[in-house]
Amino acid sequence: MSAHSTLRRYLGNRKGSLGLAILVVLVFMAVLAPVISPYKATQIDPTAILQPPSPKHLLGTNEVGEDILSLIIWGSRISLLVGFLATFVAVLVGTAVGVVAGYIGGFTDEALMRITDFFLVIPAVVLAIVVAALLGNTLLNVILIIGLLSWPSTARVVRSATLVYKQMPFVEASKCAGAGTAYILRRHILPNVLPLVYANTSLTIANSIFTQAALVFLGVGDINDISWGQILHFAYASGAITAGDYWYAIPPGLMIVVAVLGFALTGYALDEVLNPKLKAGVVFESA
Amino acid sequence: MGRYIAKRALTSIITFFAVLVLTFILFRLLPGNPVLLLFRNPQLTQQQIAQLSAQFGLNRPLYEQFILFIVNVFRGNLGLSFYYRAPVTQVLFPALLNSIILILPSTILAILIGVGLGVISGWKRNTLTDMAVLSSSLVLYAIPTFWLGILLIMLAVRIGGIPVSGMLSIGVSFTSPTQYLGNLLRHLLLPMITLTLVTLGQFSIIMRTSVINELTEDYVVAAYAKGMSESRLIRKHVVPNALLPTVSIIAISIGTVVAGAVLTETVFSWPGVGTLIYDSIARRDYPVLQGAFLIVALSVIISNFIADLVYAYLDPRVKYS
Repeated sequence: MSAHSTLRRYLGNRKGSLGLAILVVLVFMAVLAPVISPYKATQIDPTAILQPPSPKHLLGTNEVGEDILSLIIWGSRISLLVGFLATFVAVLVGTAVGVVAGYIGGFTDEALMRITDFFLVIPAVVLAIVVAALLGNTLLNVILIIGLLSWPSTARVVRSATLVYKQMPFVEASKCAGAGTAYILRRHILPNVLPLVYANTSLTIANSIFTQAALVFLGVGDINDISWGQILHFAYASGAITAGDYWYAIPPGLMIVVAVLGFALTGYALDEVLNPKLKAGVVFESA
Repeated sequence: MGRYIAKRALTSIITFFAVLVLTFILFRLLPGNPVLLLFRNPQLTQQQIAQLSAQFGLNRPLYEQFILFIVNVFRGNLGLSFYYRAPVTQVLFPALLNSIILILPSTILAILIGVGLGVISGWKRNTLTDMAVLSSSLVLYAIPTFWLGILLIMLAVRIGGIPVSGMLSIGVSFTSPTQYLGNLLRHLLLPMITLTLVTLGQFSIIMRTSVINELTEDYVVAAYAKGMSESRLIRKHVVPNALLPTVSIIAISIGTVVAGAVLTETVFSWPGVGTLIYDSIARRDYPVLQGAFLIVALSVIISNFIADLVYAYLDPRVKYS
């Protein structure tokens, strides 16, 4: 299947096109934040505190007089950054564990899979809260914690695919020709397994954005970095919710929903396009 | 069936042991060792410090500390709360009870509604009904728990009369048990709706897929060809078979229900384990945090085990083997 025909099939998938469109808009928003946001993120207008939407502040202002629309636009940066970096960590660990467990098999496989099951069972958000609280609330810690808790689903997908490919004739032929384990993994197993990882990656990003928002909302993580979860944290903490300040509470949550849907739809579509045989091999994790 | 249950029980015990190891590593070995922080608590007397030091065996080698930790956990001795200055178990137990009051009805409702919607959606697949169920399930899956809670709070404040925080009205003395129960139920309303909604989306999607897979089986075509009515076919054959994979996936997602509960409790200040975790982080009350983490992990493991039992009961291949 050539790259071109894969792309055509992907864009023919309605869910996939919608998801991709959402992602493109989000990435542009994050990259172009300095250009498109009407105010600087932390620019305070003391004369306009908790103002409802107006021509001057399209989404109103918060309790210190910051422009909500600007906060939302700047917040996309941290939310996406954590989503991407945490997923990078998760995919790296998950692929390594999956390939090694699947290819080597035996006791190694058994041990690695027990560890994977363990992390699947333990509620990741709760563990993340506890670890972040113990280690300290830096952005890097939050990224690492989310990443190191999100790899099990990738590991399982990669392992089952590795089990299939390691029995293929071309792998055996390569072995007969004297290829070492590292060479076979790099040249034969990984290239075949990676398409599966892509679909899974998209869902992992969605989950990471979700988890980061949940952690920051609870006050775990650096609450000085602007992100959608952080805006909601202050909306809740300042009492704007019970005061009914809808312009403050609705937009950041809506952005999280849109971003999660964008990545989830992309993931499903990739799964359908790249792995037509594997229907619905997706397990949800939600916070 | 006995062998299956024994195997599952063994797995659960091993998992719990792994949780204990993880807890020990988290709370003893990470930087900022919370057990040592215990001694910085100015409220403790010299005598209490000596007593705690001996109790936790902090001057012993690491493996002895670990054994002592395990023994203490099994004795139900989880240490003293910095904040409440009471045994952790005394703080945990009422919170756990409150959490169960919220989680149990929400989970049951989510399973019933989610599975029901999934059956309808899968049965009427590719119709308008299916599209409606599927897209609302997807949106429910993508909604952050705490944000749904926030939306409901804003709605309730606008309507008025629905409590948005806590478990009972403060400063009210209840004259009868029914009055008490009524007050409790009114407080339960919003958190329960939140937790049910965020949980049911994933269940309906899984059940839908499962029903659709089942509908492609040959026996379904055969039964239909013999003239079995569609609703009877769904009820008697498709749903029981489609439930099997759903049960095992519900079991895996119990951890996420618990995570959802932690967030729901925090938003609505429901005095359960979730709120306790949140408060303990702010108070740097590490013994309570450790106890709460253990209790959350233990309840997830036990729920998984129960789900395994249900699976064994539903699947005749396991039941009669």
